[in-house]
Amino acid sequence: MGPAELLGLRRMSTTLSKPDPVSAPETHRSPLVRLQHLLHAQATIGPAVVLLVAVVVFALLSERFLTPGNISLILQQVAVVGTLAVGQTIVILTAGIDLSCGAIMVLTSIVMAKVAADTGLPGVPALLLGFLVGTLCGLLNGLLVTRLKLPPFIVTLGTLNVFFALNLWYSSSATIRGTDMPKLLLWTGQTFTVGGTRITYGSIMMVLLVAAMAFALKNTAWGRHVYATGDDAEAARLSGIRTGRVLLSVYATAGLMYALAAWILIGRIASASPQAGQLDNLDSITAVVIGGTSLFGGRGAIVGSLLGALIVGVFRNGLALAGVDVLWQTMAVGVLIIVAVSLDQWIRKVKA
Amino acid sequence: MARSTAKRAALASAALLALVACGDGGGSAGGGGTLVGLVTKTDTNPFFVKMKEGAQQAAGSTGATVQSFAGKQDGDNQSQVDAIENLIGAGAKGILITPNDSKAIVPSVDKARQAGLLVIALDTQLEPGNAADATFATDNYQAGKLIGQWAKAKFAKEGKQAKIALLDLNPNQVSVDVQRDQGFLEGFGVDVKDKKKIGDESDPRIVGHDVTDGDPSGGRTAMENLLQKDPGINLVYTINEPAAAGAYEALKAAGKEKDVTIVSVDGGCPGVQNVKAGIIGATAQQYPLKMAQLGVEAIAKFAKDGTKPQNTAGKDFVDTGVTLITDQAAEGVESKDSAWGLQNCWG
Repeated sequence: MGPAELLGLRRMSTTLSKPDPVSAPETHRSPLVRLQHLLHAQATIGPAVVLLVAVVVFALLSERFLTPGNISLILQQVAVVGTLAVGQTIVILTAGIDLSCGAIMVLTSIVMAKVAADTGLPGVPALLLGFLVGTLCGLLNGLLVTRLKLPPFIVTLGTLNVFFALNLWYSSSATIRGTDMPKLLLWTGQTFTVGGTRITYGSIMMVLLVAAMAFALKNTAWGRHVYATGDDAEAARLSGIRTGRVLLSVYATAGLMYALAAWILIGRIASASPQAGQLDNLDSITAVVIGGTSLFGGRGAIVGSLLGALIVGVFRNGLALAGVDVLWQTMAVGVLIIVAVSLDQWIRKVKA
Repeated sequence: MARSTAKRAALASAALLALVACGDGGGSAGGGGTLVGLVTKTDTNPFFVKMKEGAQQAAGSTGATVQSFAGKQDGDNQSQVDAIENLIGAGAKGILITPNDSKAIVPSVDKARQAGLLVIALDTQLEPGNAADATFATDNYQAGKLIGQWAKAKFAKEGKQAKIALLDLNPNQVSVDVQRDQGFLEGFGVDVKDKKKIGDESDPRIVGHDVTDGDPSGGRTAMENLLQKDPGINLVYTINEPAAAGAYEALKAAGKEKDVTIVSVDGGCPGVQNVKAGIIGATAQQYPLKMAQLGVEAIAKFAKDGTKPQNTAGKDFVDTGVTLITDQAAEGVESKDSAWGLQNCWG
């Protein structure tokens, strides 16, 4: 018997013809219920609060935590997963899920690096080729989901294996060294200095991608169609949205995001490794979930996913600085996921 | 509608089948005769790819046929159990296995031995060790000890006080991980307390441990975090060379690559290249190709006259050797240079 039900019971006695606006909190609502309404209206507030609390706690535990250098490090450490999460979020907004994101990323990173290393192709076409491969992989996912009407979970579980195998076959399981590829591919790992702090271009790229996608979701018809398709595909179709096309565009765009993540990954490890990123699919889903995007589709935000990735990054870095064993770092992330999804369920119970 | 979907599904599966048929479906080679099974941890890691190569080469020279299986990922025991059962059913004479779970695989290995097969563990010992007929492996403790001794000599010569970071594999404390880490510390002259446990040391020279999953990405993140803990780190032990490559990137980003010594284990070609480039100070090279070759030869011999392989004197396994590779030879520690290492490297 949660506060929402209590509220519901109390509502029974008020006149039903006048729905009360969410934005006008009444005096008889408990603070908890008001918080619930606030979170329902603003999906990113929850993760923002969690991040803030975590930052304060770790700053107290270690004086090195809040140095600009360490903050820049955390950004670098989450750049790959954060970029994957941009793609993962739009897929999850349409009530789908993409288990193949890590495999697409690794495949595209190998394609970019190996084609350039083997044929001497310059940086720009090698990059574009990688982006094309990533987009096509995403498009394949989209086609299987929309044309064969298979659940996204199953489709991407299948393509995860297909893409990963292709990556191993094409690379012969061998790492391509940074010295054998064009400088442009490594550019995301280069740094510039702001007030004595070195920041990688890769982390800035990730933040810009988040901003661009947030803008597209909020301010374009496409963005509204994505939300509508995720919220209720049938209703969206009846109101004239071509949901099949929306899904195709979402999976293809996600594929492009994974290719961008591949570029950031190459810069970070100064090589292209066919073994990399095998668990990044789960890490990206973790970021999205902790960031307040609902796995049932139609609710959530890209900025939340960035916050989610940052929360995980802050926990790992902060616990490591405090000298906490890796075991407990892993457990902390597990607890975070459960808490985040419980919070999401609680918010969904809101009686508007 | 439904029919077109069915048609599309059929088309899709046909395309997929064609794709698979183009690939290497069989995974066996050689010319009949004795059937030898090779079961590796994964088929993605170059170390095991090399092992497969070594087994195929030996198959050519002994007239055996090698059939290869692998786990889907590190730690995947179930696929290895299935592989052993398939091999018993196929009438194999012997099995070479790098166990994903040294304890959990033992009942399946027992089954194979009862059916008259010779089972040899490669690279990683079973627990208990005598659950297999023999083990062909690198002495991982010795590998760690060599790089530890080398680092100790180097630091003594330069009169530097060490601040040590240890980049391990994962939280599971698997035997390879523990042996290399503890061997390194013992070689460096640190009291390791419990030899079977990472991280129970109290030596003030140790800044901390972190895990890498043995890949560059994990190596970089772990190094970054330990550097935040203590920017004065000047000696870095790494579980393998990919992790070392990642650690180096973190040091470079912090502008410390010149003042920090990295040591590692493996002796893969990219790793030895990094020794040559001065990125890794020293690495302990192991020989997966030789492990598999010796393994296939042992099974061929067993099939012929029933003799089983003999352990290296004083050890409970057949030591396939480890060599310290460095371009900065240290007093009292035997080593070879990177040129020699490149001639003998794998992957």
